Parts: sequence; structure tokens; C-alpha cells
Amino acid sequence: MACRSDLFLNLKPAADLPTPATRHGAAALLFAALCLMAAVSSMSLIRGAVAELGAASPMFAIAQIVVVAVVALLFWPVWKSLAFSRKSETARASGDAVETRIANAAARDFAHITFGWGVFALLVLGFFTFIFMNDSAVGKTFVLLPLMQEKWWLVTWKFFTVNIFVFVIAEILVLGWGLAVALMRLMPGAAGQPIRALATFYCDVFRGLPGIVTLYLIGFGIPTSGIPDIVSPYVYGLFVDISAMSPQELRTATRIPVMWWCILALTLTYGAYVAEVYRAGIESIHWSQVAAARSLGLSYMQTMRHVVVPQAVRRIMAPLLNDFIGLQKDTALVQIVGLTDAFQQSKIIAANAFNLSAVTIVAILFVLITIPQARFVDRLLERDAARIRAGGA
Amino acid sequence: MAFLEIIDVQKHFGDIEVLRGLNMQAEEHQVVCLIGPSGCGKSTLLRCINQLENIQAGEIRLEGDRVSGPGVDVNRLRQQVGIVFQSFNLFPHMSVLENVTLAPIRVLKLSKVEAEEKAMALLRRIGMDIKAMDYPDRLSGGQQQRVAIVRALAMAPKLLLLDEITSALDPELVSEVLNIVRDLAGQGMTMMLATHEMGFAREVASKVCFLHEGVVHEEGTPAKIFGDPDKQRTRSFLKRIMEAGRL
Repeated sequence: MACRSDLFLNLKPAADLPTPATRHGAAALLFAALCLMAAVSSMSLIRGAVAELGAASPMFAIAQIVVVAVVALLFWPVWKSLAFSRKSETARASGDAVETRIANAAARDFAHITFGWGVFALLVLGFFTFIFMNDSAVGKTFVLLPLMQEKWWLVTWKFFTVNIFVFVIAEILVLGWGLAVALMRLMPGAAGQPIRALATFYCDVFRGLPGIVTLYLIGFGIPTSGIPDIVSPYVYGLFVDISAMSPQELRTATRIPVMWWCILALTLTYGAYVAEVYRAGIESIHWSQVAAARSLGLSYMQTMRHVVVPQAVRRIMAPLLNDFIGLQKDTALVQIVGLTDAFQQSKIIAANAFNLSAVTIVAILFVLITIPQARFVDRLLERDAARIRAGGA
Repeated sequence: MAFLEIIDVQKHFGDIEVLRGLNMQAEEHQVVCLIGPSGCGKSTLLRCINQLENIQAGEIRLEGDRVSGPGVDVNRLRQQVGIVFQSFNLFPHMSVLENVTLAPIRVLKLSKVEAEEKAMALLRRIGMDIKAMDYPDRLSGGQQQRVAIVRALAMAPKLLLLDEITSALDPELVSEVLNIVRDLAGQGMTMMLATHEMGFAREVASKVCFLHEGVVHEEGTPAKIFGDPDKQRTRSFLKRIMEAGRL
């Protein structure tokens, strides 16, 4: 209680007037001037660098003026802030407490707006200055446009398709495998005990192993073990007459491409993550839903299949996408076992050209493919939100 | 042999004893109302009858068959004993029609067409056929509970358990749900309901059981229990209900 009355005592009486915001306005004025100076100097640096590249044009001169003019717009909130400060002082002089406070608050707000947009302008200008500094050294290293233009299609169509193929197949497998592992981890009763233990062990191992180690072990280890050479001719023989083939021909015909070992390794790694996501989703469904389904005579598996898992899947969309984006990015690791993907190819280009711009292409591609997925999941969640909102519990 | 026999049933959750040797019988076409203070074991008893909870001692018999303890086919039992919950528990990802047809299709193995015909007939009886394609969140609490009753009825149970089905409803929605129960009672459905709606219990019950401390403290016709109960504890319970204006 003592604390509470202290709190009340500390409240200022209603007629108390705020400290003038003039200092805020003055600081904003200085800051805006600083930003303008930064804009002018960084634009002249950039202009010099662009001229050096031999790309100077009247268009660029116009762009330079536009950028400086846009930064100069920072003086508008400064002016508003100072105007409100003056208004506040006039009201203070005439004893109008309410008007003083309103004008004072507006003066502060406009000063803060100046700071916010000023910081934004400084960071953007700083970024471009960084790129064009030292005769566009950074720009030439990372985004050498002619090289990017030349290699774009090669990297995209010839080699990024490898990444896409690997992650699409792996994601489809992970969806099924992760659910299977999750259901094994949740298997009820004494009979389920050993299955639960196995599934838990699997998750512990493959979540703990770095993906690149799993890839390395499976990608090199399984083919080296010779087991595929023993098994795959039998499977192949079920569909094709192999009696006339020489051992060499048979070996060539039945060799499993390393890409599939990569897919297996990524499926095992991400299956462990996704199993945990599924499990969290399944456990988040209220037990009353299970009670309702079981009380209608549905078996445990029917309840899972028709009631629990469909609701769980809707809930785990967002974390599932997280894991899928992780999987997509980890396809850049497949080069460790000698599969040439977009990243590997871009490194080859980079080594030949002494320039990293081809790697930038890969960077751009990885970012580009995740954005539509994120929006797609947002849409799905929005659509389902209405149905999930009520009705249960 | 009674239709449903509950013999000396004990149920505890850890140290908390909920049912302490409860005995009860119900005949076919009877409506048994369980009344009593919160925590007296009404809901637990209902959940034990269709094996959503296991009992620790005693026996439950349905038409002479033991339906408690190990070795009972719970899925088969639950086809015969339906339950409706206080909180409706409709499946939010399914339309009304899918909610009602899920178990007939998956458990009774009816064809989709046949199940939907039966479901629509049931929904029509409660005036919910126009909402058949809607999802539960589009329905009021009363409508959801009516659908939940129909979902249980779609399995054509021999016994229907109703667990405080109007407790989560706004007062003006209670009657639409009770009307359905009244109709079912009129059609001879065997029901056991835990309820706080004393007026309704008095009207529809064939038998009223007052549960107290995990046993049936007193049972009898509604006229007897509500009019002139023998036991002191029953009287004080009903007195308090009356003071609250609920009887």
C-alpha cells in the first residue's frame, strides 16, 4: 500500500506544465543538417565511382539531385517541430496549460520523426557508400553486373535445379517420415514402449548430428559399403532382364546416383526436426477432442488420422516452413559428397573470375525461393484461422 | 437383471477418491438424472460408464455384460453408449455434416451417401439441416450442442450419457437443447444425465439420484426427491438450489 500511495504522490498536479521541447527541435535541426551533408558527400563519392566505371549519364546526375532533395525533406518535420514549440511557448505565456501540453507533445513527435527518418537515410546512404567506396571495390566484388548477367542462366537453370530437385523430393519424404516418427514417439501403452524408445533415440541422434556430417557419412559411407551393389541388381532384376548383362554393364545400370544419398541424408536429418514439430502439434490438440472421437467408437489410430493430425497439421504450418527453409538452405552442403549444385558451380565461376558475383546469384536465389513460401503459409494460416478459432476446446 | 447395473464402483485419481463404492441401476427407456454438488462424482461416473476413465474396483454391466475392467472392447462399447460433453467438443476442422457422419462412416462402415442421408434426417429433426455445411465456429453454443447430440445419436446408441450439457450455454440457449432431450425421452431413449437444471430433471426424469461423497446418497422418483427427500443432506442441497432460484 505504501508503494501505491508513493506512486500517486509522484503524479504531477494537473496544472503542471511540461518542459519546453525547443531543445528537441534544435537537436532535430542539427541532425537534419548532418544528414544533408552526409547525403551530398556520399552522392558525390558514388558519382565519382560510377564515372570511374564509365557509366556516368545525365540520368545519374538527376538521381543525385533527387536523393539529396529527398534527404532535405527531413527539414519539414524540423520546421513543424519548431513551429509547435513556438506555439507552445505562446500558450505558456498566456497561461493556457492544455494548449501548451498539446503543442509541446506535437513538437516532440515531429522532432522524433526527424530522428527516425534521419537514421534510416544515414544507414541507406552508408550502405551504398560502402558498396561504391574505394573505386566500387565492394560493388565489383559482390555484384559485378556483367558477370552476373552472363552466368545467371547457367547457375539458375543448370545447377540451382539440382538444389530444387533435392529439396523438393526430400521435403515430400520428410512430410511422411516425420509424421511416422512422431506417431511412433507417441505410441501408447506398454507395447509401444520399445517403439517410443527407438523413435526417441533416432530423433536424438539425427538432431544432434550436424547435417554436413550426416551427408558426408551417408553420401560416402553407404556406397562404399557395397550394400547398394548387392541389393540394387535384385531390385533392378525384377523389372529388367539382367541375365545377358556383363557385371560392368550391370554395375553401371544399377548405380544409385549420389544425389539420392544426399536426399536420404537430408531426409533423415530434417525428419528428426519435423517429427518434433509434428509431436508438438499433436500434443497441442486438447484431450477433449480425443475424448470426443474415442467416445464415438473411433480407434486410437482413427482418432489420430481423422481428428488429431488434421488439426495438428494446420497448427504446425509455420514451424514446418521454418524447417523446410532450413532444409532448402542445407542443399548447399551437398557438394561435400561431390554433387555439383548451384553453390558449388558458383564457387567454380568465382575462382575462375576472381569475383564473388556468381555466389551472389546463389544468395539471391535462395532468398527468392523462400519469400513466396512464407507468403503462401501466411495465406493458409489466415484461411484456416476462421475455422480453428472456435468450435473446439 | 437391470439394463445398466453399477455395482460397488470405486474410482480415484491419485489420492483423491471420487467414487467410493457407488451402486445404481437403470432400466431401458428410463431417464436417470444425477444431481449433486460439484465434485460429487457425476461426470466421473458417466465417463466411467463408457470407459473414458477406468474404474479401480467394482463392476459395470450393460444388458448383463460386464463392460468395465480389462478385456472389454471399448470401441464396441462406445458404439452402444454415446456421450455428450459440457463443452460440445465438435471437431473444428469439419463441417457439421462431417462431424455427424465421421463415426458412422469410419466405425459402422456405412457408405458416405447412406451416412449423409441419415445425418441429414437427424439434423432436419433438430432444424439444423440448413447449417449442415457450416463449420462449428459459425454456430451458437446451443446449435453446437444440438449438433453434438446428433453426432452421438448418429451411432444409434442404446444408452446416451449427457454430461452437464447446458452448463456452458447462455441462459437463453438452454431451452433449445433441453427440448431435444425432452423429445428423446418421449421417444424412449435410455439416458443418464448429470445436470444442474433441477426443473428439467423434475420434469423428464424417471429416477433422480442424489450423489454425495462418491455414493448415491438418495434416489427415488422426482416427486419423492424434490418433494419430500428422506435424507438431511439431500434436503440441504435442494434448499440451497431453491435459494439460488434454480428450482
